[in-house]
Amino acid sequence: MVGMACAHPPLANSPLAIRAFNMKARIKITLKNGVLDPQGKAIEGALASLGFSGVGDVRQGKYIEVDLNETDEAKAKAAVDKMCKDLLANTVIENYSYELVG
Amino acid sequence: MRTSVIVFPGSNCDRDVKTAIERITGKAPAMIWHGDHDVPASDLIVLPGGFSYGDYLRCGAMAAHSPVMRDVIAKAKAGTSVLGICNGFQILCESGLLPGVLMRNASLKFVCRDVHLKVERADTMFTSRYTKGDVIRVPVAHGDGNYFTDPETLARLEGEGRVAFRYCDEKGAVTAAANPNGALANIAGIVSETGCILGMMPHPERLYESALGGSDGRAMFESIATALAA
Repeated sequence: MVGMACAHPPLANSPLAIRAFNMKARIKITLKNGVLDPQGKAIEGALASLGFSGVGDVRQGKYIEVDLNETDEAKAKAAVDKMCKDLLANTVIENYSYELVG
Repeated sequence: MRTSVIVFPGSNCDRDVKTAIERITGKAPAMIWHGDHDVPASDLIVLPGGFSYGDYLRCGAMAAHSPVMRDVIAKAKAGTSVLGICNGFQILCESGLLPGVLMRNASLKFVCRDVHLKVERADTMFTSRYTKGDVIRVPVAHGDGNYFTDPETLARLEGEGRVAFRYCDEKGAVTAAANPNGALANIAGIVSETGCILGMMPHPERLYESALGGSDGRAMFESIATALAA
């Protein structure tokens, strides 16, 4: 049985076995200008206390990767836009941007 | 008064608010699991406090899209009253039923203590048993209660008198020192345009009889019961 541990093929009924994720959206979500970012400020303070000089404003955001089963770039963009607006970003305080790769 | 309390995975004040409503009105609310698609005909829907979906992504963001919320939103838009407390307020904002958003506390710390609130509106269905200007003591327990919205929306809320409660000191002074989370204009709770939806960060269901250490929250449930008694 030695060597078998690493050789787990996807199960026949696993979604991974039957769906091809051929595109990936790399989504960045950042706070809008003017929205206070206390976490960014805390990081800024921590960097200063560690002796990093020349550090200006620090803003914290989120990075999300979404695998897509899609080959048409326009359709993928429309889907990712809707995902961002409906769930991933709160557009009251956040901006989003993304790139499609794959 | 027919009440439905929505229970999400991670809700933890659902039974507190159920008990408060049952003891004050004499009628037990129905507890509705988030996976149910329909809310029974109700006079009041309560979105309780807690940490729905582990606060993943943003507080209330997942719950706002859970199956039951479609019906909650439809019923709210059709005029059913909705009370959102703490995480419930966050869910109301994320679902678009109330404007704005609850951000991370300015201190970055979870705040769990009693605060004082100034009653700004005593002419809503949620606050009629208070008097405008009353100072009440109610607990808060949250990490994300920092109310924020754009300047235009804030001006609209203030212009329309939709701020129901503001954080204040024990004498009623609305000061930065009395603000536990950095909320804009010390906002602790707001009502919808129609006045039928209230979202608030503090927990009136935790102080509704003297055995709990205070009863300032009781009048809110009495106000609601009076308004919806018919």
